[in-house]
Amino acid sequence: MTLKFIAAPMALLATCALAWSEDAKPNDAQIAHIAYTAGQIDITAAQLALQKSKNKDVREFAEDMSRDHKAVNDQALALVKKLHVAPQNNDTSKALLKQANAKEAELKRLSGAAFDKAYIDNEVAYHKAVNNELENVLIPDATNAELKDFLSTGLKIFQGHEQHAESLAQSLK
Amino acid sequence: MRRTLTLSILLAVATCAAAAPDAAETVRINVDKLRFAPAEATVHVGDEIEWTNGDFVAHTATARDGAWDVALPVKGSGRIVAQQVGEIDYFCRVHPNMRGHISVKPK
Repeated sequence: MTLKFIAAPMALLATCALAWSEDAKPNDAQIAHIAYTAGQIDITAAQLALQKSKNKDVREFAEDMSRDHKAVNDQALALVKKLHVAPQNNDTSKALLKQANAKEAELKRLSGAAFDKAYIDNEVAYHKAVNNELENVLIPDATNAELKDFLSTGLKIFQGHEQHAESLAQSLK
Repeated sequence: MRRTLTLSILLAVATCAAAAPDAAETVRINVDKLRFAPAEATVHVGDEIEWTNGDFVAHTATARDGAWDVALPVKGSGRIVAQQVGEIDYFCRVHPNMRGHISVKPK
């Protein structure tokens, strides 16, 4: 009895470490909100890079990110409107924003080559994390077929960004 | 009967002339959902290669050896003319997971 009592909270903790537990899968309105928020975060980071960086390759990358994520988010807004889905704020979106704000504060303190390296390294890590979430949580859990298809195209775009960021990170070493 | 035969021979000659091997062609490649389709294309020197982008994000068709870099705007197209015999790998600079290959054969 005592053992069970301890084991239960332990299992609960383990489940909470993941973004969503089995019985609390994100719904389509939350999935749309997470995808949109993730895009906005990368646009904000790109704008900071365009203010701070003088490196031609880094600036071009930031321009690509800003343009692509805006295009994806414009499509996302058109789709949720068509589907009559109102994006719904949630813990994953909040956690993403909180992390992004901390990273932004850190990047703002840097300049020159140190900024370029930190920005691109973060772009690699950020795209990796978001792509992982898309592939393993958001796409499988999306119930609307059009939303699922749209997120799958988004994933291919963001996997491209991840590869682009990785090769840029190599060249900045 | 004889007239029909002559006519059909004439038609055959006309058809052959239109398909003469030295006439440059346009080879079309579509870009859809982050894929070059077909990903592998065979062309001849002098042929035009035209990419049409059906995606909602801009792409490029960029030769791995730096020979060409074609911008493919949203819902737009871009083209090159195959100048010399060779095997060319190409990719999209913005999304390097998009890859294609062109074999350029003699005229």
